[in-house]
Amino acid sequence: MEIRVEAHPFDLGTETNRFAARQSDMGAVVTFTGIVRDVSGGLDYMEIEHYPGMTEKALTAMAEEAVDRWDLGDVLIIHRHGPMRPDEMIMMVATAARHRGSAFEAAEFLMDYLKSRAPFWKKEHAVDGAGWVAARDEDEDALSRWEP
Amino acid sequence: MDVLYFAWVRERVGLPRERVETTATTVRDLVTELKAREARYEAAFADERALRVAVDQELTDFDADLSRAREVAFFPPMTGG
Repeated sequence: MEIRVEAHPFDLGTETNRFAARQSDMGAVVTFTGIVRDVSGGLDYMEIEHYPGMTEKALTAMAEEAVDRWDLGDVLIIHRHGPMRPDEMIMMVATAARHRGSAFEAAEFLMDYLKSRAPFWKKEHAVDGAGWVAARDEDEDALSRWEP
Repeated sequence: MDVLYFAWVRERVGLPRERVETTATTVRDLVTELKAREARYEAAFADERALRVAVDQELTDFDADLSRAREVAFFPPMTGG
């Protein structure tokens, strides 16, 4: 299990290859990547704030739960903080399992929890001003399907 | 105890963290104390439903007990991923 919270960009290909190469007996690797979107057309950059200490704890707890529930071989979570431009990668999740069903489901579980339960906050800096991104009800609702 | 603020809560209060001497026994009591201090706290804590709270880096609610708390953090709903 590997959890990284860092400011600098990461290389998706390098990380995915490294993650896949260190597995044994795992037939499936699923990755998800979040990218900065310029929805309104005026985004200059996105800034991500986080809660050092709690962020790492929350992500580790989520990854441990995913490993237990889906019997995963491994989990990788990378999440950036600080400023990033449109089209830059914000974060990635990778899961390794014996079969694809578990790898897909665990990746979705991690993303649903990460969006609403890991202490990150996005602020959009646009040409005409800055504002905090509001949490969406759909993201909160998405958690209910994972309740035991 | 240390009280931390993130995102727009930090902006409204005007600082990221501070040391607070308090006898508050729950998060809600602490919020009441802070709101009574100055208008900027009143502005930050106006709507409890818009806020989330962590005690010693664990998400909890406004009824949480503070008797052993070292660190309390207030912030808006999270927007990771």
